[in-house]
Amino acid sequence: MTAVPTGPTLASLSRAELSARLAHGLVFRTGQFTVRLQCAIGSVTEGLHRLYGAHPLLDDDAFVDFHLRMKRPATLRRWYRPKVDLLYDGQAIFKPLPLAQAFPLFEWGLNWCVANRAHTYLMIHAAVLERGGRAVILPAPPGSGKSTLCAALAHRGWRLLSDELTLIRLDDGHVVPVPRPISLKNASIGVMRAFLDQPVFSDEVADTAKGTIAHLLAPADAVARGAESARPAWVIFPKYRAGSPSLLEPMPKAQAHLELAQNAFNYSLLMEQGFDTLGLVIGMSGCYRYTYSVLDEAIAVFDGLAAQP
Amino acid sequence: MTARALPLAVLAFRDPSRLVHFSLAEWELLLRQSAAANLQARLYALLEERGELAAIPSLALRHLRWTDTIARRHWRGVHWEVEQIRRALSGLGQPLILLKGAAYTMAGLALARGRLYSDVDILVGEDQLDQVESALMLHGWVATHLDDYDQRYYRQWMHELPPMVHIKRESAIDVHHAILPRTAPVHPDPAQLRAAAVAVPGHPGLQVLSPPDMVLHSTTHLFFDGELDHGLRDLVDIHYLLREFGHQPGFWEALAVRARTLQLERPLFYALRYCSRLLATPLPPEADALRNAGRPAPLLLAVMDRLFERALLPVHASCSDAWTGVARFCVYVRGNWLRMPPLLLVRHLFQKAFLSPKDVPEDPPGAEAEQARP
Repeated sequence: MTAVPTGPTLASLSRAELSARLAHGLVFRTGQFTVRLQCAIGSVTEGLHRLYGAHPLLDDDAFVDFHLRMKRPATLRRWYRPKVDLLYDGQAIFKPLPLAQAFPLFEWGLNWCVANRAHTYLMIHAAVLERGGRAVILPAPPGSGKSTLCAALAHRGWRLLSDELTLIRLDDGHVVPVPRPISLKNASIGVMRAFLDQPVFSDEVADTAKGTIAHLLAPADAVARGAESARPAWVIFPKYRAGSPSLLEPMPKAQAHLELAQNAFNYSLLMEQGFDTLGLVIGMSGCYRYTYSVLDEAIAVFDGLAAQP
Repeated sequence: MTARALPLAVLAFRDPSRLVHFSLAEWELLLRQSAAANLQARLYALLEERGELAAIPSLALRHLRWTDTIARRHWRGVHWEVEQIRRALSGLGQPLILLKGAAYTMAGLALARGRLYSDVDILVGEDQLDQVESALMLHGWVATHLDDYDQRYYRQWMHELPPMVHIKRESAIDVHHAILPRTAPVHPDPAQLRAAAVAVPGHPGLQVLSPPDMVLHSTTHLFFDGELDHGLRDLVDIHYLLREFGHQPGFWEALAVRARTLQLERPLFYALRYCSRLLATPLPPEADALRNAGRPAPLLLAVMDRLFERALLPVHASCSDAWTGVARFCVYVRGNWLRMPPLLLVRHLFQKAFLSPKDVPEDPPGAEAEQARP
């Protein structure tokens, strides 16, 4: 295990300093990746100020994996329908979005960078958390309550590795963290505001492709331990169903393998390596389906798993 | 142009022995330039061939491995796709002639390692176009570019059918009946290209162009085309083809004869010139005859040097100067000028600028929408 990094973090910058650094390019680390973001948009500065305080701040001349720049297209429409572009080393990767969506766009752009580039990992669209060195992988389609469950567990004794991108090392099947803010949608935002004590959120952004979005601060300890990998121990497909009792059902491993593969970004790209790595993960993991409606019951079930030898 | 002023992505292929001496900062810039030029996977292959993967900074090597993963998948995908096309067209009773990337891969050429593909290109007789199109449609490929103008553009003026895409695999195929548009001023005889095509050892039913024709097609593609987004990648392709075939006895003489017969001396001249000037491609004394065959007038050549030595560089901010935008625009107009007579060109550019729907990047996202496709 790598030691916890002790260098400066973004929290060492005042909001004004952060804004100045962003104007010419702010370099920071998230897990295994370094990012340079150039951006002079207030909502992005504010989002980073609130949610990236624990992320390691790097020198301007550090090696950068992903060069991102956000800017407002210089068209007449900037005056009556302001938009924002995200450029990956000079090339637009998405259509421009309304300016109000700038911070979520940054988050999506960083997801895009990892999911489209980091092919030395098997990448699964899943939340992943760790406790006692063992990781639980929560793959699920949008709307299954995965991020809500992840946010709750991350504040009740589990270490957040990622809420969207489960990165699995190809040689040993271990999970490598990308600790970042947790993306919550629509009703989940209110649920977590009520569930957590004084949660820190980014401003809510309405009318995005996913509805209303807000990002929740990742616990500082999880960000600081961004270099500590974990061995998979459970693969659990969660499903929120209103009024449902808490129900943990074992799942055949072959079935879990197939469904996990369907949630992978680069399973077919990795060919045999993807199959073998997924096999390694499934081999090391207990596989379950989990239906729930009450977060406290869910936490009890996960704590029960963590207590097993 | 002095070697000192060349971008790192050019230097890397011009003098690969320098790669292991680049600093971490130089590597970061080289990775960015080579990604913009679609040459990152080729760079990995180059280092692998030289046994130098372990000698470069691990942070840079990680990026190259990421891209190499994609290249390996593409390599496998092309084999699969070519086999599907061969089966779909087996009823025609003709060998399947592959062009460009798919040809390099199936023929096992060195430059195929580390090449990324967007489509498979094939060459068929013009009299077989209808049969080929129907056979492909029966096997799941569907036409794209369905608007009336594009249909007319391809079918009446171009040298290929509108690109087709497989409805399930989303793989693209370009069906060519010639290597230049009908509207271009020269018409390299496709029947001669097909007649000289050679079998691919180990792949019955497949053919690729003969070595001189393969070089000429690659040079024609690069120096008749207006869009040089992958200009350096295409030039590096030619660099590798010349190095691979240049050792075969009689290759350079055959290339000279073939360039004259097919009226392609001018693009070949440019290819050899910029391969030599940018990439220091070794040209033996036998190639001397070619150096002058298609040479333009001195003034024109001076202009072309200034245009191409900008437009052939990676599309990246670090490779641009104040004139790069102008140079790319001139090359775009020139490419279209060469492909169409003036009035038709004016009409085409007007249509593309003001009437046709624009190409736009994908909708944003959510990570779940970003499934990486091979």
